[in-house]
Amino acid sequence: MGGNSPCASCKLLRRRCAKDCIFAPYFPSDDPHKFAIVHKVFGASNVSKMLQELPVHQRADAVSSLVYEANARVRDPVYGCVGAISYLQNQVSQLQMQLAVAQAEILCIQMQQEPAMPTPQTDVPDEKSFLLQHNLPQYLNYTSSTTSSNVISDSFKRETLFGHDMVS
Amino acid sequence: DYLTMNSSRCAACKYLRKRCPSECIFSPYFPPNNPQRFACVHRIYGASNIGRMLQQLPVYLRAQAADCLYYEAQCRIENPVYGCVGMISTLHQQIFSAQEQLAKVHAEIALINNAYTQQGSSQFQQFDGLLSDLNNFPMESMDTSNQVPWCL
Repeated sequence: MGGNSPCASCKLLRRRCAKDCIFAPYFPSDDPHKFAIVHKVFGASNVSKMLQELPVHQRADAVSSLVYEANARVRDPVYGCVGAISYLQNQVSQLQMQLAVAQAEILCIQMQQEPAMPTPQTDVPDEKSFLLQHNLPQYLNYTSSTTSSNVISDSFKRETLFGHDMVS
Repeated sequence: DYLTMNSSRCAACKYLRKRCPSECIFSPYFPPNNPQRFACVHRIYGASNIGRMLQQLPVYLRAQAADCLYYEAQCRIENPVYGCVGMISTLHQQIFSAQEQLAKVHAEIALINNAYTQQGSSQFQQFDGLLSDLNNFPMESMDTSNQVPWCL
């Protein structure tokens, strides 16, 4: 990528943007807010360290997730992403319950019917598939009333999960 | 004046090798018996960012904020590419799949109820085919470990 204009990071940090600047591929100069928010939460040197420890092909995704986390933290300075995780885990639990109720209902209907009727096979969900490998520890299991609605409602926009700032 | 005994410094001040004043912003949330907790958040956010973020919050919210920062830092160390955002992505997909499955079961219930309220056996045969079609719907694999939302 040619061009002499400094990337957003070097502009903010007021330094020379070298040809091999680690930030330049991910923080173009036309989006200063993206680096500003990551710098505010994590700090430029921490971001640089994190990127250096990753193979190049994973850095774009890492930047996107850092931007998402930083945005979440700015919008919800207490809970950040954890608020969204807590809320979503509750959603999964509720759906699991609803599924169990619905399947019990099918069983009830079947038991009420004549034995000659077809018995539909329902897919029994693998319950383990609904549980995360890393559930939030109990002390972090906040109710939705304690978390910022901004982070939660934005997290449901799947196509914008990583924000409009994402470099695709 | 007073000696700063090692045992009275919080984990942050111990790590940073400085005195731990009585009004230290870190000490209520980074006790000396858990050095790993501070090391973890310092590695991801840096001490000054942690201090600033805590400082900007009312006191009664700082403990929760510190816990959340620690959790997110742990996730980032464990998963350097996606951090805790990977978990959010997985949860979205699990919710989507569960909603699909729930809709399918509700449709089955509706069909069964419909089939059994109809009079006459010919009606049942008609719904037999529909029920078996439903059961043949392919279900997405629940293995979402390698999927990311922005690639879908």
